[in-house]
Amino acid sequence: MKQSRRNFLKFAGISAAGLCLTPAAGALASGKAHPIVNKAHLKAKRWAMVIDTRKLNTKEQIEKLADACHHWHNVPKIPTNQDIKWLWDASYSESFPEQENNHMAEELEERRFPLLCNHCEHPPCVRVCPTKATFQRADHIVAMDYHRCIGCRYCMAACPFGARSFNFMDPRLHLDMDNLNMKFPTRMRGVVEKCNFCVEKLAEGELPVCVTKSEGAIVFGDLTDPNSPVREVLRKDFTIRRKPELGTEPGVYYII
Amino acid sequence: MLEKALKGSPRYWGWILFLIIVIGLCSLVYINQLIHGLTVTGMSRDISWGFYIAQFTYLVGVAASGVMIALPFYLHNYEKYRGLVIMGEFLAISAVVMSLCFVLVDIGQPQRAMNMILHPTPNSMLFWDMVVLCGYLALNVLIGWTCLESERQRVHPPKWIKPIIYLSVVWGFAIHTVTAFLYAGLPSRHYWLSAIVAARFLAAAFCAGPALLLLILYVVRKLTGYYQGDAATKTLTKTITYAMCVNVFFFMLELFTAFYSNIPGHMEPMVFLFSGLEGNTSLVGWMWAAAACCILSIILLVPPKLRDNKSLLPFTLVILVFGTWVDKGMSFVTAGFTPNAFNTVTPYWPTSSEIAVSVMIWSIGALVLTILYKIATDIKRDLSELTPEDE
Ligand code: SF4
Ligand code: SF4
Repeated sequence: MKQSRRNFLKFAGISAAGLCLTPAAGALASGKAHPIVNKAHLKAKRWAMVIDTRKLNTKEQIEKLADACHHWHNVPKIPTNQDIKWLWDASYSESFPEQENNHMAEELEERRFPLLCNHCEHPPCVRVCPTKATFQRADHIVAMDYHRCIGCRYCMAACPFGARSFNFMDPRLHLDMDNLNMKFPTRMRGVVEKCNFCVEKLAEGELPVCVTKSEGAIVFGDLTDPNSPVREVLRKDFTIRRKPELGTEPGVYYII
Repeated sequence: MLEKALKGSPRYWGWILFLIIVIGLCSLVYINQLIHGLTVTGMSRDISWGFYIAQFTYLVGVAASGVMIALPFYLHNYEKYRGLVIMGEFLAISAVVMSLCFVLVDIGQPQRAMNMILHPTPNSMLFWDMVVLCGYLALNVLIGWTCLESERQRVHPPKWIKPIIYLSVVWGFAIHTVTAFLYAGLPSRHYWLSAIVAARFLAAAFCAGPALLLLILYVVRKLTGYYQGDAATKTLTKTITYAMCVNVFFFMLELFTAFYSNIPGHMEPMVFLFSGLEGNTSLVGWMWAAAACCILSIILLVPPKLRDNKSLLPFTLVILVFGTWVDKGMSFVTAGFTPNAFNTVTPYWPTSSEIAVSVMIWSIGALVLTILYKIATDIKRDLSELTPEDE
C-alpha cells in the first residue's frame, strides 16, 4: 500500500510537471482516495460448489434457481439459439457426455442437472483471451471485464462446457426494463458473458444467489479449507465433475 | 509507382468501378450488422464461429503460399520464377488484407480491436496471429515494393532486402502455423485437437494458393498479355501436385486415427461431414463433392501428360481450389463445433448477410490485387518483359 502510494505520488509528480498540476491529480494525491472494502467480504483460496442432484434435479427446481440468478444479473430471455444462459438445466448425457452408460437407471435418465461455469482451476477461456477480458481472480473465480471484451468469441470456442454466452444482439431488447436489478449492470451488445459465482454478493458477505435459493441442495465454500462445508460433503458422498479428462479442474462437483 | 494505377483503359476503370459498386452495396449489409450486431449471422451460442472465420483461415493459407515461389527463387536462385515472384507477393498482400478484414467483421466490438495491442496477451494465440499477420503484410509490402522499384529502375535490389526476404520465407510458414494453433490447442474440440492440423493447413495452402495464383494469371494474360512463362508454370504445377498429394494423405491420416481408434469424439465430426449427425446433413453434399474434386485433381495432376496439357490445366486448378476451399473455408470451423459441448448438434448455415459481407471483403481483396497487378504489369510492359508468346 505504502509502496504503491509512493509510486503514485511519483507518477503524479511527473505528470504534474507536464500538465501543470491538474486539479484531479491534486485531489487524489492529497491522500483522500482509497478503495472501499466491505469488512464482511467472504474470502477463500479456492471457491468451489457441490450440487446434490439427489435433491435438486427437476426442470422446475432448476428453473427457479435460474430465474433468480438471471433476474439478479439482468440476464435476458432470448427465444433463439443466440440466447444467454448463466445457469440452466440439461440431461445426464448432455452434462457428462463422456461418462454415459448404457441401460442407466431410469430415474437418472430423467434427472435434470444444473449447469453453470465451472470456474476451472486451469481455465482454457482465460488462456485464449487476447485482451485479458476473461481473467482468473486470486480466489480462482473466473471473471469477466465486459468493458474490455472485444467479442472475438475465442473463449467460447475454448470452453469445453458451453458455459459462455455471446450478446449477439442488444440484451436490453429482451429485458424487462421496468423490472431491472439496479444493483447489477446490464451488458452491451457484442461481448461475452457467463456466471461469475456471484462475486458481487461475496463482496458483500453473502452467498451466491443459487446457493441461497437451493434450500441446502447446493453447498459453497473454500476447497482448500478441510473444515469448509464443501470439503465436508466431498468427504461423505461420491461426486463427479464434468469432463475431468480435459484437465481444466472444474470447481463444480455433482453428487449423483 | 502508384501513378501507374491511375492510368488505364476503359476496361480497367470499368472493372474498378464494378468492384467499388459491389463493395458499396455490400457494405450497407455490413452497416446493418454494425447496427444490429452479429445477430444477423447464422451463428449461435453453440456454433460461435462461422463463415467469416472460415474465410479468414482459407485466406491466410493463400497468403502463406507465396513462400512456394519466394523460396525457390530467392533461396535457390531459381531464375525461372523471376516473372512469378512479384505476382505471388502481391497476391499474398491482398490475401492478408482480406484475412484481417474477416477478423474485423467477426468481432462483436470492432471499435475495441486496439485492445489486442493495448493489452498484449502472450498466452493467447489470437494475439500472436495478429502479430504474424500484420508482420507478414509489412514484410510483403516492403519486399514487393522495393524489388519492383529496383526492377523499374533497372538496378539490382538493395542488399539490405536479402535478410528481410529470408525472414519473410520463414514468416510465411509461421502465419499458417499460428493460424492452425488457434484451433489445435483447444480442449474438447476433437476435429481441431490434432497435432497434424498445422501440417494439413500448410499442405492445403501450398496447393490451393499457387493454383489460385495460376488461375488469376490466366486472366491477367488474357487482359494484359503478361505471361510468366511455360517453365515457371510447369514447375509450379509440380509443386501444386506434390502439395495436393500430401494434403490428401494428411487428411487420410486423420480418418485412420479417428476410425481405427473408434473413439466417438474423434469420429463424430467426420461422420457429421460425410454422412450427417442427428439428421443434420448440411455439409454432406459439399464434402463428397469436395472429396471427388480433390481425388480427380490428383488424377489429372500426377501424370505429366495430363498435367502439362494446357487446356486441361485451368479446369484441374478450378476443381482443386474448390475442393480445398470446401475443406478449409466451409467445413473445418463448423465440424470443430459439431457435435457441440453437450454432444448434441446445433445446425449452422451462413445467412445472406454473412455471404454479402464476405463478398464485400473478397471484392476489397480483388480491388487491392487489381491495383497492385496493374502497377506490376505496366512496369513489366515498360521493361518490355511481356511475353505473350509461349517460350
Ligand atoms: S467452465 Fe468454461 S467458462 Fe467457466 S472457467 Fe471453465 S473453461 Fe472458463
Ligand atoms: S470474446 Fe471477449 S472474453 Fe472472450 S476471448 Fe474474446 S475478448 Fe476475451
